[in-house]
Amino acid sequence: MLKIKNINTYYGQVHALKNVSLHLNEGEIVTLIGANGAGKTTLLNSLSGIVPPRSGEILFRDLPIGSLAAHQIVKLGISQVPEGRQIFKPLSVEDNLELGAYLYHRAKKEKEQIKKTAEMVYELFPILRERKKQLAGTLSGGELQMLSIGRALMARPRLLLLDEPSMGLAPLIAQEIFQVIAGLSREKSTTILLVEQNARAALKIAHRAYVLETGRLILEGMAADLLENKEVQRAYLGKDKKEIWER
Amino acid sequence: MVIWDEKNECMSRDEIEQLQLERFQAVMNRVHKNVVHYRKTFDKLDIIAEDIRSLCDLEKIPFTTKEDLRNNYPYGMFAVPLREVVRIHSSSGTTGKPIVVGYTKNDIRMWSNLVARLMTAAGVTRDDLVQIAFGYGIFTGAFGMHYGAETIGASVIPMSTGNTEKQIMIMQDYKTTVLVSTPGYALALAQRMEEMGVNPNALSLKVGLFGGEPWSEKMRAEIESRLMLSATDNYGLSEVIGPGVAGECSCKNGLHIYEDAFIPEIIDPETGKKLSPGAEGELVLTTLTKEAFPMVRYRTGDITSLNYAKCDCGRTLVRMQKVMRRSDDMLIIRGVNVFPAQIEEALFSVAQEKPPYQLIIERKGAMDNLEVVVEVTDKIFSLELQKQRSFVETVKKRISAQAGINVDVKLVEARSIPRHDGKITKVVDKRQI
Repeated sequence: MLKIKNINTYYGQVHALKNVSLHLNEGEIVTLIGANGAGKTTLLNSLSGIVPPRSGEILFRDLPIGSLAAHQIVKLGISQVPEGRQIFKPLSVEDNLELGAYLYHRAKKEKEQIKKTAEMVYELFPILRERKKQLAGTLSGGELQMLSIGRALMARPRLLLLDEPSMGLAPLIAQEIFQVIAGLSREKSTTILLVEQNARAALKIAHRAYVLETGRLILEGMAADLLENKEVQRAYLGKDKKEIWER
Repeated sequence: MVIWDEKNECMSRDEIEQLQLERFQAVMNRVHKNVVHYRKTFDKLDIIAEDIRSLCDLEKIPFTTKEDLRNNYPYGMFAVPLREVVRIHSSSGTTGKPIVVGYTKNDIRMWSNLVARLMTAAGVTRDDLVQIAFGYGIFTGAFGMHYGAETIGASVIPMSTGNTEKQIMIMQDYKTTVLVSTPGYALALAQRMEEMGVNPNALSLKVGLFGGEPWSEKMRAEIESRLMLSATDNYGLSEVIGPGVAGECSCKNGLHIYEDAFIPEIIDPETGKKLSPGAEGELVLTTLTKEAFPMVRYRTGDITSLNYAKCDCGRTLVRMQKVMRRSDDMLIIRGVNVFPAQIEEALFSVAQEKPPYQLIIERKGAMDNLEVVVEVTDKIFSLELQKQRSFVETVKKRISAQAGINVDVKLVEARSIPRHDGKITKVVDKRQI
């Protein structure tokens, strides 16, 4: 459903993505692993139109989106869950979610649908229902992450871009988030591109993976194969090291 | 028709090409980082990975040849530290030193699955008994087929080569349903069966997977009628992976190349220019998924052509024609690759001089036979009879050690080998396949 060919993205003079080609099939979870500064977030930002690529081709459901603005890309069905959640803390949980559906606000007939989608999000994250009226600023880290994912889902995306969803979370909470992500793919057949610092956990729920190194893709393969790849193990998994909850 | 890996064997052309481009770009980044040979070659020609923007850009990259592999003997072409290699195989080099190839754990798994594809395409299922009559050892053939059969879940009988009577006994008693061997050996088995009065109809054989040497449609018909099985061809070479590069489906009209793992190209062996699809030329392969021993544009020396037309079996993979010829002087004797230079080297080193010689290859019965005809020089002539005999034995032993095959050595009178314009044709291949 998504096909990227030879994209090059720059920050000023800095060549952050070098000729990156990648694809996602419908319903897949694909994870992008790599060290800090490898260009993972840049790739997500290039896809969502925040930092458009300088050259290359991005086809989303056969439509070129490389030169579209971010809001147009959201309209086509790509939502990004940004690194660090980026929640509007002075607003309530409910209002934050509703903002995620701003695409549909003008159309009256969409009112019902927005409600339905919010219901779906509450079912996914029951804790958000409990905190519905609370200000987002009072939520814990895990709850904020759930809210951030929930807000992205409100736009009813076909493709969800997740940037470091487990960042700063306690292991058990992180595990819960990963389970929800796997469930989104399994039950709602949402296609997901997942950027994760915790490569092991990401590879466990992903179907396929790409390894990014200083702006270049150096490996592509089935997630299960990459878990066994020694180079990946050495560089990103920390040999024999497991998180407590993985044991 | 059962397909082992439908996801990878039935992609649209568009999907295949996207996957190939992604993987090839990653391979370029990886070999540049990890293999000194490639880094040097690319740097010298000022090629950077970013130059690869489509599969057409493949042409910008120089070939890898057997010569390159020899220059990097033994481990120079490995892309991972040796500690990550779990298997080492080798294949014939052009001279004394073989070519060394390595596999990581992941490579073995990918290899197994590729062979499982071609075995499934040939009709093997988990209910089969697979008798493998390839030599278990340093060559890749037996192990590759073994893993493929095990991956499918079939029962493997690792018979290895030779001991024809025992092979037949096991075939009868164990009720072997699948035979894996060289086509030449299949015919040798058929012949021995006839001599022993074994009725092939009474056997349980169903499928035969034959590879390792060229064979014709005529031979296929003969094997099928004499052994009462469906005979399919498969293709591979150790430098690239071993068996598992391509295999025939039940349509028996070309071998499907597993394009998610290899990019095939056809070139003119003289000029190195890429030829258009359908043209006959030398096959060049690039590996896309191998970890330990990636190959970029490896010249296989095999002459074939590619057919992109749709196949009735449902696979969308390109098909290569059966390989019948080589672009170099490599000989395939009973499935073993032999270079005339290897034999010359062995002969000259034993003789301590350069006697005129000729290699004669014949098919005796079903099996290939290589005879080294050596003209007696003054030096050999002056030896006592016993020493002459031991000279012949030493030459045989040296050739067997260096080239891995048993040959006949015959001494003939000086000037008795026919000359054309004063020159001896060094290799005379009398086989008709």
